Amino acid sequence: MAKLRQIAFYGKGGIGKSTTSQNTLAALSEMGQKILIVGCDPKADSTRLILHAKAQDTILSLAAEAGSVEDLELEDVMKIGYRDIRCVESGGPEPGVGCAGRGVITSINFLEENGAYDGVDYVSYDVLGDVVCGGFAMPIRENKAQEIYIVMSGEMMAMYAANNISKGILKYANSGGVRLGGLVCNERQTDKELELADSLAKMLGSRLIHFVPRDNIVQHAELRRMTVLEYAPESKQAQEYRDLATKIHANAGNGTIPTPITMDQLEDLLMEHGIMKSVDESQVGKSAAELAAAAA
Amino acid sequence: MSMTVEERKAVNKALIDEVLKAYPDKMAKRRAKHLGQYEEGKPDCGVKSNIKSLPGVMTIRGCAYAGSKGVVWGPIKDMVHISHGPVGCGQYSWAARRNYYIGTTGIDTFVTMQFTSDFQEKDIVFGGDKKLDKIIDEIQGLFPLNKGISIQSECPIGLIGDDIEAVSKKKSKEYEGHTIVPVRCEGFRGVSQSLGHHLANDAIRDWVFDKLDGSKRPEFESTPYDVTIIGDYNIGGDAWSSRILLEEIGLRVIAQWSGDGTIAELENTPKAKLNLIHCYRSMNYISRHMEEKYGIPWVEYNFFGPTKIAASLREIASHFDDTIKANAEAVIAKYQPLVDAVLAKYRPRLLDKTVMLYVGGLRPRHVIGAYEDLGMKVVGTGYEFGHNDDYQRTTHYIGDATLIYDDVTGYEFEKFVEKIQPDLIGSGIKEKYVFQKMGVPFRQMHSWDYSGPYHGYDGFAIFARDMDMAISSPVWKLAKAPWKAAA
Repeated sequence: MAKLRQIAFYGKGGIGKSTTSQNTLAALSEMGQKILIVGCDPKADSTRLILHAKAQDTILSLAAEAGSVEDLELEDVMKIGYRDIRCVESGGPEPGVGCAGRGVITSINFLEENGAYDGVDYVSYDVLGDVVCGGFAMPIRENKAQEIYIVMSGEMMAMYAANNISKGILKYANSGGVRLGGLVCNERQTDKELELADSLAKMLGSRLIHFVPRDNIVQHAELRRMTVLEYAPESKQAQEYRDLATKIHANAGNGTIPTPITMDQLEDLLMEHGIMKSVDESQVGKSAAELAAAAA
Repeated sequence: MSMTVEERKAVNKALIDEVLKAYPDKMAKRRAKHLGQYEEGKPDCGVKSNIKSLPGVMTIRGCAYAGSKGVVWGPIKDMVHISHGPVGCGQYSWAARRNYYIGTTGIDTFVTMQFTSDFQEKDIVFGGDKKLDKIIDEIQGLFPLNKGISIQSECPIGLIGDDIEAVSKKKSKEYEGHTIVPVRCEGFRGVSQSLGHHLANDAIRDWVFDKLDGSKRPEFESTPYDVTIIGDYNIGGDAWSSRILLEEIGLRVIAQWSGDGTIAELENTPKAKLNLIHCYRSMNYISRHMEEKYGIPWVEYNFFGPTKIAASLREIASHFDDTIKANAEAVIAKYQPLVDAVLAKYRPRLLDKTVMLYVGGLRPRHVIGAYEDLGMKVVGTGYEFGHNDDYQRTTHYIGDATLIYDDVTGYEFEKFVEKIQPDLIGSGIKEKYVFQKMGVPFRQMHSWDYSGPYHGYDGFAIFARDMDMAISSPVWKLAKAPWKAAA
């Protein structure tokens, strides 16, 4: 068996991380890879397309019921889905209470200690939004994911988040060996999206590994709680995910240490591509009335 | 003691310089601000204080939780104090600080019991509010005579953002206005236990005073002589040996804060005519608040040693009529034979012995008079968590060239003692064995080394005996290693 590869998908909330990762992993399993998905989001929606289920019982909810995580067996938390992909969800508290970050740490430690990673080729972590605290950085620490794939789009805030995530990777890159595998652009049909994504990837010292075009078939499949690979295996979109999967599979060891940029550099990038107009510094922080008065 | 003041100053300065040499430059620069000596006539002791301890040193300080749970709230005897969070903080603060109290433990008083929410991983991940809700139900069921509950936050409560205020309000409503006090005394807050005192004082203001129902205790009848003891934690019975003196001069003590105190006493305190403050550091905040809001004046006093006791009794009496003033004189005269007997016995044995102190709260200055009554001299003192106003007050107690060390590190304290070779050290349990192993007599001045009380005239007799016991013990003659004696 080849060496276990651990990868993780990060990106701004709502960018399509879970959809992209599940489709890509389904494609990887078509290539004969044995896969474990670890959902690291309290919403626990990282595995629904694979399991055809609304949400699976999470490690933390089961642990809370049983008393503690030590009372759980691996079988209690692991479900098998499409093409024998193994699925676990970390879960976490309801919004506004407790510490979801600690939940991620607890869950990943449990999985490792109980041999969840034995006999698989890929472990994939699907992590919420941004690296907001130490807990959500857990998958990129020592001996966890070696390659991070950042899902983004041509929208300013998605690019901003991608840059922030790069900072998180950089922090652990030298101690733990985590690398940025590349950017995956999930098309939002913004202006010059491909060029922009490509430029950002270069500035971050990485590359745009794949540009996934927008296609409503993804939504059709999602409504049926399926990946496109399963719902419409012959579709053009399924092929896009196969391409992405192939690129990721060939990308082992090609990750880089990211070079995050400043907010100014990010704005310059948008201006270069004509997305944003040059800012007149004298107008910053002035209300419309003040500007009118100044002009008069 | 043959050194002149100028010589001593030179020695102290050289000693501080030598101690600082052990540190890297940046650290030496910062620690230098906390080490000094008193210069006659200056308004403070010339050191900085209430600043974050440096990483890498052994500080003797505690945390905000220690200040709230351990000092201010813990001794309130008819309340249940929950150590809210993982079990360690509760375990290590179990049984409090020998805050003596009268009552039937487990029935109507709870000081030496320990209540903890014993946080587990799931409480961190999912939040602990539901557990807190349930614990309050259990306390109400198991200990129905409790008069109130306080929630003492340990670090994780603030980290995970539990809403203990909401739980407190909800449960208080459920139990017909039962006093439930959330205290945000997470240990990581502030630079020492001092912030914990402040937060605890504020919690009394917000969750006891501001929720006072005027009709709650109609039976309370005021007298013109109602006073309170504030900042006496009744360690070894200190508040009791203080209270009798106040009662003997004709005053009525309506509340003890917080040693042997009750929630009813806290609630009655706004009716006092004068608040008497012993530990200024830990309870000046609430005293100032009562002065502003209820117009109650406050006066600091010192019941360590006959000189300070007499001065304090006269000062307290000066706020009342001539009867009280005359009573004060009569009480001072009454105890004079006791004082004379104690001094006759111990003063010759302790005369000219030197002392170094390092304690918290009020003691680095307050006990100096008691040592001086015994003919002893305090040559060095410092505060764990004092502020500048403490060091200002200290100038009334110390002589020229007294060595001052704020937030002293283990290393500095050891070096100072090694060079100064005092006859006695008064500090805490963490310091005790280090110095005893160095062959220096030692008394714990936080817990009175399981003795006490030390307050009042009765306390002074015990204090004198204990200091003599430590210094005159024959054991120190045996402390020299035989192979060194041979050399």
